[in-house]
Amino acid sequence: MKQFEYTVNDPLGIHARPAGMLAKLAKTFPGTVVTVTKGGTTVKASQLMKLMGLGVKGGDTVTVAAEGGDESAAVESLQSFFAENL
Amino acid sequence: MKILQGKGVSRGVTSGPLYFFRRSSGEIPHYTTDDIENEKSRLAQAQEKSMAQLEALAEQCRAEAGDESAVLFETHAMFVEDEDYVDCILSALEEEHCNVEYAVGQAGEQFAAMFAAMDDEYMQARAADIRDVTRRILNNLMGIVEGGIDSEEPVILAADDLAPSETLQLDKSKILGFITQGGSGNSHTAILARTMGIPAICGLGDELEQSYEGQTAYIDGETGQVVMEPDELTLQTFQEKQAEQQRMKALMETMRGQEDVTLDGRHIKLYCNIGSPEDVSAVLANDGQGIGLFRSEFLYLAASDYPTEEEQFQAYKSVAEAMGGKRVIIRTLDIGADKQVDYFHLTKEENPAMGLRAIRICLNRPEVFRTQLRALYRASAYGKVAIMFPMITSVWEVEECRRACEAVMAELTQEGIPFNPKTEIGIMVETPASVFMAKDLAKLVDFFSVGTNDLTQYTLACDRQCNDLGRFFDPHHPAVLRALKMAADAAHAEGIWIGICGELGADLSLLPTFLAIGIDELSVSPTSVLPLRAAIRESDTRACTLELLEQ
Repeated sequence: MKQFEYTVNDPLGIHARPAGMLAKLAKTFPGTVVTVTKGGTTVKASQLMKLMGLGVKGGDTVTVAAEGGDESAAVESLQSFFAENL
Repeated sequence: MKILQGKGVSRGVTSGPLYFFRRSSGEIPHYTTDDIENEKSRLAQAQEKSMAQLEALAEQCRAEAGDESAVLFETHAMFVEDEDYVDCILSALEEEHCNVEYAVGQAGEQFAAMFAAMDDEYMQARAADIRDVTRRILNNLMGIVEGGIDSEEPVILAADDLAPSETLQLDKSKILGFITQGGSGNSHTAILARTMGIPAICGLGDELEQSYEGQTAYIDGETGQVVMEPDELTLQTFQEKQAEQQRMKALMETMRGQEDVTLDGRHIKLYCNIGSPEDVSAVLANDGQGIGLFRSEFLYLAASDYPTEEEQFQAYKSVAEAMGGKRVIIRTLDIGADKQVDYFHLTKEENPAMGLRAIRICLNRPEVFRTQLRALYRASAYGKVAIMFPMITSVWEVEECRRACEAVMAELTQEGIPFNPKTEIGIMVETPASVFMAKDLAKLVDFFSVGTNDLTQYTLACDRQCNDLGRFFDPHHPAVLRALKMAADAAHAEGIWIGICGELGADLSLLPTFLAIGIDELSVSPTSVLPLRAAIRESDTRACTLELLEQ
């Protein structure tokens, strides 16, 4: 498993638009599960409604993890996704 | 040949396929079933259809409004396929053996509740997105096309009767004509049809059966006949009428750009009634000289919550600007009676026509009134806006309205927001009380406009929504015409002008009477402008008499 921590800059947090894009991205790594954890709650990044349900706001720190065959590539593109969009 | 007889309420002839209006009642059926596989496959089909619709919407949005707004629909599309949402639906099917509509509705509520409970306003608002997606899937399951017409070709729209909020959502470009089971000449379907200049027939009753869906019908808004499978002679008569209609249209074109003046030189203000900013194009296309009645209700009826000052301002401003300095008379909120808006939470009344409606609601709820007045005054900086108050019965009501206007003007001055301090103020004369008080009321305002539909209803004690009153409901009744004359005499004695903005204004048979009474303005459906202009230009007021006021 590979993971990284990220502090969200976007004041709206993981709102509908980036959540949608993230959920889409998370599905592009076959055999690899991407999760987002905030304050002890972990959801799969592909679960759009639950992901939004985490209620991540600007200033919150989340842990993003990937586990599976494609985890290195996944973490790499997730890192750049967060940096660009959140 | 099959002939249905109703009452023609908007003239014209047309033919096309019948299409029944599908109403989404918001009710979700609930029953148990053992055929879970069938329910699952129905879900899959509805999901697929929803996805296709959302993708088309996203694409349309991307072309028209750019990437940002398209993402909303893409997010909705992802909701449709969301694992947890779908799991929630599937487990309800398997555990409860319920029908899929019920399972979808339950899942939607569950997830909407999750968002609504979050302590973040933005996320709370997403509950609406979940409900929207859920409604879309449900509509696809139940074959409902919300407000829309699921047909490539234009159709003749058939319905029991249409509510004002329902007519607002219709794609007007797909409607050739209306036929309804209920309704009357004063119903909103009829008014809409006249605004659009297309035929309408109401009061067809049970004869109008859903089984006629898809059949080609020939309708005549004058005779009130709906004909299916016509014989040769009927078809020929119909086609002749259609050709005559075309000829008249061409003749009316010659009236464009002409002055509204009688043979003896009396000028009439020939204005239009509209119900939304999009109707302005019809006003301009028919050469209306102003707007005599802009019903502001559309803003309230089409919304699910109170429209903001900014939303209202933009709507009024767009109309004022589009009319380029011509007078635009905007009537303040006129709901209650037959026009109901959920979020006002009005108490159900035994007799709403005489209940808390129109100006009475505004005077009782100063904050609602103030928002609208602020938007109106702000719009006054962008054109010739005039404000009109409906359902006036007393002098104190007008005084209170004026005080509310002055308070709003003082606020705007203080905030440095531009407005026209000379904005004209008028009232609707539509209650017998306002006729009796006309002399006193005329001292307080710049103009009168007679709402003949309500004035007839209240003067004759005839409910305008009621179908069976027949000969008792007579808009030509001398009592109504005498009331008009009383109001006109009072207006002229105080040096103000008086108009008619009810349907009666377009009644060519009454034009000589109106001219004899001294009516200064006629505000009619855009499509009535050119025929009325032709009639005005052929009239000589010296030959007009008050004979219809006598029995």
